[in-house]
Amino acid sequence: MTLHPTTPGFKDNAHQALRDPELQKALGHVQQGFIYKRQSAVERLPEFENLREAARDLKDHVLKHLDLYLETYERNVIASGGQVHFARTSAEACETIVNICKSHGAKSVTKGKSMVSEEIGLNGAIEAAGMQAVETDLGEYIIQLRGETPSHIIAPAVHLTKEQVEVDFRRVHTHLEPARDLSEPVQLLTEARGVLRQKFLDADVGITGANFLVAETGSSIIVTNEGNGDLTQSLPRVHIVIASIEKIVPTLEDAILLLRVLARSATGQDMSVYTTLSTGPRRAEDPDGPEHYHVVLVDNGRSAMLGTEFEDMLRCIRCGACMNHCPVYHAIGGHAYGWVYPGPMGAVLTPSLIGVEKGGHLPNASTFCGRCESVCPVKIPLPKLMRHWREREFERHLTPAVQRYGLKIWGFFAKNPGLYSLATRAAMTTLAWLGRDKGRFTSLPLAKGWTDYRDLPSPQGDTFQAQWRKRQKEARR
Amino acid sequence: MSARDDVFANIRRSLGVSGKEATRRAGVTQRLETTPRGPIPARGQGSPAARLATFITEATRVSASVVVLNNKDAVPDEVARFLRAANLPLSLKMGQDTRLAVLNWKSAGLDTSNGPSDGSDLNALSHAFGGVAETGSLVLLSGPDNPVTLNFLPDNHFVVLSAADLAADLESVVTKLKQHSALPRTVNIITGPSRSADIEQTLLLGAHGPRQLHIMVTLK
Repeated sequence: MTLHPTTPGFKDNAHQALRDPELQKALGHVQQGFIYKRQSAVERLPEFENLREAARDLKDHVLKHLDLYLETYERNVIASGGQVHFARTSAEACETIVNICKSHGAKSVTKGKSMVSEEIGLNGAIEAAGMQAVETDLGEYIIQLRGETPSHIIAPAVHLTKEQVEVDFRRVHTHLEPARDLSEPVQLLTEARGVLRQKFLDADVGITGANFLVAETGSSIIVTNEGNGDLTQSLPRVHIVIASIEKIVPTLEDAILLLRVLARSATGQDMSVYTTLSTGPRRAEDPDGPEHYHVVLVDNGRSAMLGTEFEDMLRCIRCGACMNHCPVYHAIGGHAYGWVYPGPMGAVLTPSLIGVEKGGHLPNASTFCGRCESVCPVKIPLPKLMRHWREREFERHLTPAVQRYGLKIWGFFAKNPGLYSLATRAAMTTLAWLGRDKGRFTSLPLAKGWTDYRDLPSPQGDTFQAQWRKRQKEARR
Repeated sequence: MSARDDVFANIRRSLGVSGKEATRRAGVTQRLETTPRGPIPARGQGSPAARLATFITEATRVSASVVVLNNKDAVPDEVARFLRAANLPLSLKMGQDTRLAVLNWKSAGLDTSNGPSDGSDLNALSHAFGGVAETGSLVLLSGPDNPVTLNFLPDNHFVVLSAADLAADLESVVTKLKQHSALPRTVNIITGPSRSADIEQTLLLGAHGPRQLHIMVTLK
């Protein structure tokens, strides 16, 4: 039951997002918050760059030996009393989980935050089987109430304002005093805490994702700030872990290496509040914890990325730094991307998982400014991978005719530097003359897509090439 | 073919391997046996006194409160002092850890009970397995001594950490853990009290877990 992508309508989605004032207000928080926090955390750790390089090398090593580490991991989960299930597709993963829930007679299922569960459309499958699925991460809870998907991989409700959340809480929490004050975020948080506390205690099954799976010990690791993942996995009788196959790391030491770059890149914390290793079900002498422990390993297109130019993407540890630093994401938010994974990582991963026919627009939604690559904790060359998708899209004639002609015309000039220089100089001089009064254009023919949302500055000084030649000449002197 | 066999076959086809290559197997075995460490930040390193100072700085940064006690015997009075100052009832839930059980709770006026939490406890106490100076983190092991539910359900979480168990980095605690015994069901690495910034990026404490984390480092 994979979530139906609206990715093919990316252009319309983006236009809508730009015209949505509530969304634009909410997106301001992304720019102000995440970038500054990450920068401060990195500045406090002189070893950060070395850690990024070590993290990249570790993930590359794992991907080259993925089959062997998966075997080790599976063996150690079983040795600690857990069970491992493999799923080739979304449908298979959903079916496996629904069957485990049914076999334990589950009525209510709580869930920690998990992107792969969004990818496979797990909530829909659980509810179609007659059980209740309750998201417990505050952001996930809010968007579940709204029937939405996450707009960010670590801050799922980042597209919303507190006023919107208040409206949803009043709509759904009808058992509470209607006159209560919900104007501040802290009041919203306290209300959600109270409502969800009972859900945690009532649940029959708890489902979490995994940030890492440790081959050496057969442990799954989750990283959270709220503590919801821990209540999800410690209170019910059954704990199910859902994770994609590339989450494997060899040892606990390797997990620690990745933990050092994960939270800093994500939220600017040195460590998230709760890092939890779970190994098997509760021991015979334990007074609490789940009696059953299952791990569902999902492939869903990943094994086909190995050995291709997109293998690098499997290094991703889902920190969200690339989208936090992306000017396109800042402008349109996550929903416009139309599927589960937004921003630069989504622009590379989505075509890999749902096909370039549906996801081909996303790699085009980039200015190639390179900020995503410069902040990626595992150094994924995101712009290069997006370019690979553009090339594939072009080769397969999926690019619209106007764009293909445009590229051909540009290609002609690019191959004739003399003409190129002449044409840019002519265009620049004309634009500079036309815009000489205001210094900018509020509308231009053929450039409505640009001028609808911001002004185009009129050219100043000389062309880039002319300036470059001048600099080179001066340098030689 | 089963899903499992198919996934393995697909991985191996993409990587162009059979899974039987001796050099690949040797590379994996070596990493699992030698457990190499990544770069370790200098921040947490230093003498025991320097480590303690770093731990206090880092734990305080993430909104935990920390006190240093000369002796374990001072723990009950410190808990009582904290609860009185916060106008909280003098009740405390804990596990069977003998390091905690031997302390004189009655004389501090505390009403203690034992076992996991069912969600009705306001205050809980745990003994940490270790601490990490680099990040101000605590490492707790689940089991009858320190039930995992005590770490998450109560509003106020008190944790005792012996200064001798305070390591420079998480790697050192993990090494000790591997020597100690088989892993427990749950290892909790806790860095500050629960929080969320899911609404408009406003950081708020006390999301689903404890609203307050009070760490008592005991020197003896």
